[in-house]
Amino acid sequence: MGDTEKKVKLIDSDGRRNDGRMPHELRPVKIEAGVLHRADGSAYVEWGGNKVLAAVYGPREAHPRHLQKPTRALVQCRYNMAPFSVSDRKRPGPDRRSNEISKVISEAFSSVIFLEQFPRTSVDVYMEVLQAEAGTRCAAITAASVAIADAGVPMRDLVVGCASGKVGGVVCLDLNKDEDNFGEADVPMAVVPRTGQIVLLQMDGHLTAKEFDQAMAYSLGAAQQIYELQKDALRRRYSVSLEEFRAKEATASPEPEEEPKYDVYHDDQPGVAE
Amino acid sequence: MNETVAELQRDRIVKLLAAGKRIDGRRADEPRPLSVQKGVISTAEGSARVHLGRTDVLVGVKIGLGEPFPDTPNSGVLTTSAELPPMASPTFETGPPSPTAVEIARVVDRGIRESKAIDMAKLCIVPGEKVWVLYIDIHALDFDGNLLDAASYGAMAALTTATLPGTKMGGEDKPLPVECVPISITCAKIGEHLLVDPCLDEERIAEARLTVTTDEKGAIRAMQKGLNGSFRFDEVQRVIGLSAAVGKGIREIILK
Repeated sequence: MGDTEKKVKLIDSDGRRNDGRMPHELRPVKIEAGVLHRADGSAYVEWGGNKVLAAVYGPREAHPRHLQKPTRALVQCRYNMAPFSVSDRKRPGPDRRSNEISKVISEAFSSVIFLEQFPRTSVDVYMEVLQAEAGTRCAAITAASVAIADAGVPMRDLVVGCASGKVGGVVCLDLNKDEDNFGEADVPMAVVPRTGQIVLLQMDGHLTAKEFDQAMAYSLGAAQQIYELQKDALRRRYSVSLEEFRAKEATASPEPEEEPKYDVYHDDQPGVAE
Repeated sequence: MNETVAELQRDRIVKLLAAGKRIDGRRADEPRPLSVQKGVISTAEGSARVHLGRTDVLVGVKIGLGEPFPDTPNSGVLTTSAELPPMASPTFETGPPSPTAVEIARVVDRGIRESKAIDMAKLCIVPGEKVWVLYIDIHALDFDGNLLDAASYGAMAALTTATLPGTKMGGEDKPLPVECVPISITCAKIGEHLLVDPCLDEERIAEARLTVTTDEKGAIRAMQKGLNGSFRFDEVQRVIGLSAAVGKGIREIILK
């Protein structure tokens, strides 16, 4: 973890953190599904100061060909940070950090997607961090999982990313940037909320076994909250309210009284052969 | 970029054009609806998200301190790059910047540099030693044709919101001085037709394209001809006329 020599007051006398949260509190999370037109599935997540976009293509033919698995699909994730997403410009393109994150996220999703249904294909998951403020990989996993569902790729459950850590001697949920830089430990993880399976786990810093248990308890609890937000985003994307449905029913007359209007996209026009 | 289009779709576009119509119902000189959201990224000194129809581009401007180039000791440094991540289209691939990405970055850069939209002399702090360094990073999010214009509008919109972070050297933050707003207009040529702001299907079957960047006075500041086909001189003149005329409306939206 960062420079612990530097004196930064991370927990005040009331036990509040430098952004006013209590140790067990999440930053505000907003999720939206189906935000891109070209991708097969997509999602956007704002999580504190993080802004992450995820897009899914596939299952489609796996490239390069030699990677194809004859019995199952591949999951190829790419985590990428936009050059302007951090305070000092990041050089565009993958680096060791983003390659590693891409790898562990691919592995996390491989355990939940029904890969055996799509041999020789690839499910390609692209995550772009547009604005970063600690916890980008968890936000990226959370977004990617909604995007995979939006793409209609069958999976056992959504996956939720969440992190906990230790700050100023106190175990805290969902570290912000200062806490990440000056805290003592960070434990990002991803969980399958329905079963409690942990599909991604990383840790750096210094924790006792007891503190680790507390951190995991915080993350697992928060995962249920985020899971609800994910499902809500998907419902908002796909549900039709009863009012809307009735309005549609009312306007749709059983027999069209006049010829449907010419539509450049769908209808033939006299003289324009298909 | 390996975009393919069904022969049926090609025939339909061509036949509609013969009847004076475009596939999405626009007039030949009508760009798609443009929307600009400014200041969307707080980690950038300037930013803008641009939707040109369904084409979606995010542009961030990062401003830092650096050294000038030895041959221009009295001016700041401007670097433009474009990323076409595989998120934006099934035809975009990972890896080093594609020739398309490099072309987009260079054409946007040229429009801004040659119109002197940013007075580079004002970005000099200590001649030969310390200057402001501007990075314009174009990030494509959703590709539905004509990334070039969307990127260029995004770059200008982001620059108009950018702040010189004077606090980085003990001074005060102040807005980046933007001297003028050059606007690029791209026309695709399909047969005898010149179409402003081609959508993806039009772009895929275009024989040639021409981008003309004009300033407030209608003067030409940058040009780029692309694809395998060719233009006659009178067609080039028409595109220039279209650029100045259509650019006006676009400039108003960007400055709003």
